[in-house]
Amino acid sequence: MTNTGAVLIIGGGHNGLACAAYLARAGRPVTVIEAAERVGGMAATREFVTGYRASCAHLLYLLDESVAGDLSLASHGLRLAATELQTVALDPGGEHLLMAPDGLEGGGLGDRDRAAWPEYQRRMSKFAAYLGTLRSQAPPRITNRREDLLALGALAWRLRRMGRDDMREFLRIAGINIHDLLNEYFDSSLLKGALGFDAVLGAFAGPRSNNTVFTALHRRSGAGNGYSVVEGGMGAVTDALAAAATAAGATIRTGVRVQRIESDGLTVSGVELDDGERLAASTIVSNADPKTTMLKLLGARHLEAETARRFHRLRTSGCTAKLHLALDGLPEISGLAAEHLDQRLLIAPGPGYLDRAFNPCKYGEFSRQPAMEIILPSVVDPSLAPSGRHVLSAVVQYAPYRLEGGWEAGKPAFLEAILDTLEGYAPGIRPLIVGSELLTPPDIENLFGATGGHWHHAELSLDQFLMLRPAPRAAQYRMPVDGLYLCSAGCHPGGGVMGSAGRNAARAVLGGAKK
Amino acid sequence: MRTVHFDHRNHARDAAFPSPFHSRQAQHNRMKEWSRWSDYLSVPAYWCADMEYFAGRNACGVFDLTPMIKHRVSGPDALPYLNRLVTRDVAKIKPGRVGYSVWCNEQGRVLDDGTIFHFDEGDYRICSQERQIDWFLTSAQGFDVDVREETHDVAGLALQGPTSFAVLNALGLAGVETLTPFGLTTFDFAGASLTVSRTGFTGDLGYELWVDPDHAETLWDRLFEAGELHGIRAMGSQALDLLRIEAGFILAGIDFLPAWEAVRPSHTRSPFELGLGWLVNFDKGLFTGRRALLEEHERGSRYRLVKLDIAGNKPAKDAYVFGGDGKVIGTVTSAMWSPSAKASIALASVETPHGESGEELDVEIYYQRELKWHRVMARARVVDKAFWDPPRRRQTPPAKF
Amino acid sequence: MSTKYNAIVIGAGHNALTSAAFLARAGMKTLVVEKNDYIGGATVSLETYRKDWKYSNCSYVASLLRPEVYRSLKLAKYGLQIVPYGGGATFSQNGDYIGRYVDPDISRREVARHSQRDAHATERFDRDVMRQARFIRQFLLRTPPDPTSFRPRDLLELLYTARAALDLGEDLIYDTMRFYTMSIADFLDEYFEHPLIKASHAGSGIIGSAMGVMSPGTAYVLLHHAMGDVDGSMGAWGFARGGMGAVAQAMHDCFIDLGGRVQIGQGVSRIIVKRGRAVGVALENGDEHYADVIVSGLTLPHTFLECMEASDLDAGFLDRVRHFKIRGSSGKLNIALDGPPRFTALPEGSELARGDLHFVDTMERLERAYDDWKAGTWSKDPYIDLLIPTMTDPSMAPPGKHFMSVFVQYVPPKVDGKDWTDAQVAAFGQNVVNRIEEYAPGFKDLILHMEVRTPRELENEIGLTSGNIFHGELTMDQLSFNRPLPGYAQYRGPVKGLYLCGSSTHPGGGVMAAPGANAAREILGDLRRINTVPEGWLDD
Repeated sequence: MTNTGAVLIIGGGHNGLACAAYLARAGRPVTVIEAAERVGGMAATREFVTGYRASCAHLLYLLDESVAGDLSLASHGLRLAATELQTVALDPGGEHLLMAPDGLEGGGLGDRDRAAWPEYQRRMSKFAAYLGTLRSQAPPRITNRREDLLALGALAWRLRRMGRDDMREFLRIAGINIHDLLNEYFDSSLLKGALGFDAVLGAFAGPRSNNTVFTALHRRSGAGNGYSVVEGGMGAVTDALAAAATAAGATIRTGVRVQRIESDGLTVSGVELDDGERLAASTIVSNADPKTTMLKLLGARHLEAETARRFHRLRTSGCTAKLHLALDGLPEISGLAAEHLDQRLLIAPGPGYLDRAFNPCKYGEFSRQPAMEIILPSVVDPSLAPSGRHVLSAVVQYAPYRLEGGWEAGKPAFLEAILDTLEGYAPGIRPLIVGSELLTPPDIENLFGATGGHWHHAELSLDQFLMLRPAPRAAQYRMPVDGLYLCSAGCHPGGGVMGSAGRNAARAVLGGAKK
Repeated sequence: MRTVHFDHRNHARDAAFPSPFHSRQAQHNRMKEWSRWSDYLSVPAYWCADMEYFAGRNACGVFDLTPMIKHRVSGPDALPYLNRLVTRDVAKIKPGRVGYSVWCNEQGRVLDDGTIFHFDEGDYRICSQERQIDWFLTSAQGFDVDVREETHDVAGLALQGPTSFAVLNALGLAGVETLTPFGLTTFDFAGASLTVSRTGFTGDLGYELWVDPDHAETLWDRLFEAGELHGIRAMGSQALDLLRIEAGFILAGIDFLPAWEAVRPSHTRSPFELGLGWLVNFDKGLFTGRRALLEEHERGSRYRLVKLDIAGNKPAKDAYVFGGDGKVIGTVTSAMWSPSAKASIALASVETPHGESGEELDVEIYYQRELKWHRVMARARVVDKAFWDPPRRRQTPPAKF
Repeated sequence: MSTKYNAIVIGAGHNALTSAAFLARAGMKTLVVEKNDYIGGATVSLETYRKDWKYSNCSYVASLLRPEVYRSLKLAKYGLQIVPYGGGATFSQNGDYIGRYVDPDISRREVARHSQRDAHATERFDRDVMRQARFIRQFLLRTPPDPTSFRPRDLLELLYTARAALDLGEDLIYDTMRFYTMSIADFLDEYFEHPLIKASHAGSGIIGSAMGVMSPGTAYVLLHHAMGDVDGSMGAWGFARGGMGAVAQAMHDCFIDLGGRVQIGQGVSRIIVKRGRAVGVALENGDEHYADVIVSGLTLPHTFLECMEASDLDAGFLDRVRHFKIRGSSGKLNIALDGPPRFTALPEGSELARGDLHFVDTMERLERAYDDWKAGTWSKDPYIDLLIPTMTDPSMAPPGKHFMSVFVQYVPPKVDGKDWTDAQVAAFGQNVVNRIEEYAPGFKDLILHMEVRTPRELENEIGLTSGNIFHGELTMDQLSFNRPLPGYAQYRGPVKGLYLCGSSTHPGGGVMAAPGANAAREILGDLRRINTVPEGWLDD
């Protein structure tokens, strides 16, 4: 099999584009095939109501700095409209809590909460940074082979270099739930609710589900500017990645869908498009989620049975919905100064609230009182809405992929539940609404092709992380079929607009066909 | 009739069910001993295992095969499904033929072996020692194929031995003489369909007969009628075991550990390690275990299953096998005194590079004479050929005796 | 009054007695002090109802008890008999059930009655759990290493662990990593399709834990219940003849034979620390006893928060102890019956009634039971592990009469954040009785006497902090080198001369006696005495 040939990339999401850019820079002829009319996938900025634009992924906080640097995204048009957003934990009583890394304000906090905050921040940042360092490499396999043992030893050594106490603490908490950890530090229900919500955003988990300390750390594992709002919506990130790829010589074809990966189960030979066209390729990188790639495009029959089972069992049911509201004006949140409307607003007033929101999701019901992460990007980027109008973008939990009774009937009711909840904090918001879009997990699946509508392409959890993601023996981007690679969020290190998986996959491609 | 019923909660009252042939087996079973085989009562020996063995080598023996696990595989993707499942090229098993194969897990370890009966385009049956439905259905993902277990819906008899053809001839199965080894055909029989395959587990001329359980007793009766002048005998599992060791056939759970039940994965074996490399086809495309087996094929295997011709007359059951330097290199998995070859023979699993044909090894045998235990070291030679492989096994049309 | 001993062991539970026996065997003059006027702690049989009736008041079945300890302490000689009961059933609401039989073929057909595929998948499931059990068993009688330490013994033990893991082979390592981090619900989804089959396996994933079946980490709890055996039959459970108190009684008798002394009826009010060293105990009656080492069989919080002066301990350490997760999640009903109850779903005379019985048919019901606990109340539709030991053991009740042990989960340590009231305890018990009555009409009329135990009773009577039956939850932060606390997993307390030997330490609860044995080995090593604790038997 040739090692210098053309590469075909299925899907123009941020990882596919990053991968394309890296491969093109390395001199490979690269073609990206994107089913939608525009690149970007979940990051694309879409007009959801005439004149109003928003992106499904709405905050930038995990972008891999080395990817941004290597590909000079700034020179390809990436601008941040706002950086280091503070988090505001909204309180139903109006006593909101402002959370900044260096201090807490409001929220009726006690001394213990304030005193514990710096140590909590220090530890979590340190542990998150450790996770962050894992991003830059393909996970090692666990075998007796020298290179694997060395890689594993390096991971352990980096852990030890945290210092004895921190290493102990890391090993203690890495597998537990955020609720128990927060109780060790804090009293304030509002604070614990907000921190707990950060841990379960995008996860099929409540604050008491184990592994949520891990998800909390994963969410903080980005370096740099904290939460940022991108000028022109998150689509600007993928547009910049596309520009970088094109500038390096990659070809991007949009509006054509890959129907099938052609393979005899031993190697890949090309793809078939939905219009019947065949493209030959001996190297294919898929940005589609692992299940779609391996079980639908390639087909389970082209995998050994246990490999197929490993992909099949991958947990991919999303439970996160996305709400976009087109607003006639700026809403008011009782008790919150208007200048804070450009921050990140959380509705998760307490761990109990989160638990009650999560419980129904386990049984196929949506939360009657959902938790939400809200931003009003148009406050800092007026281009997203007509003059004087605004966009509210909210991540809403929990919305099970499979709703009891079906989403067709359930969606209007869920929207009502969300708006009722919003009204509780922003009375008078309803009359401002000129249009809305609620994307449930099945909607996300239909729009972006992610199986289960999961924004991480697969549940992010310790049993689906590192060398287990997306499947043991297939976690190094190279699939068991020669010439096929995965580069999506379903691979290490997971979802959130990072680009790391795209870069790592490109390295695997360039590393050669050797197993 | 179908005799295994577990759809009612009372099924638990019995640990085993009578076979569809039970009433007839009971008439023949002078020893009145029953053993359990899977869901059924089975007969270890009807009157004398040794005499039943000789019936199988000299005339013919009838063995109840019903407890064999049977799976039906049908549908448009049946062939690609089977080809991804097993190691050999199933496309080469044409309709009306039967093929022996093994199937492996992803590590290339043998899950089980069995025979694949190709009835018609897209319609197959797999006969095996162990239950497989979970694995077969797991493997069916992505294929348009229907897989179901039909063990209890088919009654089976093995008719094995030099006069077996004569018996079937006397039974009036016109055209059975054209059946070549591993051939498969169907007859109208007493108003039912009787499937006959020229297959067996004894290394001799022999057939296997498959019929709806409702007609099991009729089949038995007619067979014994037809065979009366041809030395037909009911044969138990002990005799069959002797016959299969002489023929060099391996048995799951005895000569190898099926990988799906292995708590210790290192105790399992690959097809190469069982002397079944000829069943592995790397040219047919993907099958489960291919990568691992290809790697093993290039790197070399750790074990080898060998046939041993052992000096002296002591059966080498469970014996250790020693290499030239006095180190233990393996163990005997099956052993017997072969009445036909007049030799102490064994199947043994030894570490490579040992086990080349012609290699001289030592076997440590423990045996007992009137409660006194003895230990002998016996020379053993690795042999290629089965201990019993008469030309009549392949002759078509077969001779009548 | 004051006496000087080589060792004082606090509490007379099975781990404390195990430790004490091994110390005494090494020639140490050893005293066991017990606050109750009976020994055994949670491993106890009392004549609560009337004479000739024995209850296994707390723990009720045995499987995990390390055979190495059993044999080494000659518990058989001291009268202990563990009799396997085999089998059991899980009832569904539609009047059916899934039985588990001693005979593997019958069991398989029973599963096939519900799903043929699951019947075969059960063999895969059993094998995979067995593989995990084989892996973990080698660590039960070993002291966990400190992964942050560079001491030779820790490095060697880490090396041992790494080698054992690598010996599993790559695929099994991944399986193990997943197994330890998954929920039992997700784990079972990888094997079974039928909800009743899943539910019948799920209980082992939550017993004694404050997690729901959908909580990651519960697959491991299943292993904790499957790694034991009765005479080599892995995963099997049995009754101690005469009730679980027989276990403690045999250990006690062994200890006495070895020259040990047991003082009952006096709790330890304080562990005496002098110059940074634990030197003795002060009893509630004012007596003081002194010894070279003090060994606590109590829970971690009980030992440090109630039996020690805060001034003797580091504040950070005390914080850690306070954060130790030890939440009660279960309760128990002990019932004297006038005759055998009749579970109508079972065929007349079914052997299944001799085994463990459960009344749940979906994962959702189990998870909802947990939701109740999270909300601070007892489960309306609880998980029940019901056994009638007298179906097997004739020694616990008069002929024809029966003792029924009903383990119930979830039961909170406090109700809506407040202490249990007697009325609530009664209502809780009644709810369970009503549930059982649904499956065994007429059961209520058979009840002669009933003892209801919520976490309140478990804590007050036998000192299980918060009523947690494992002396601390079995979660990642409290297992192996993290149990009970990172840096304190080698049975030594934070002050010299103080050791822990209870289930708060590795490998945790479940009447295993491994913590007690391991602690004794560490103590004897520190004192440079001959080791009397057996090594674990390796499974090859």
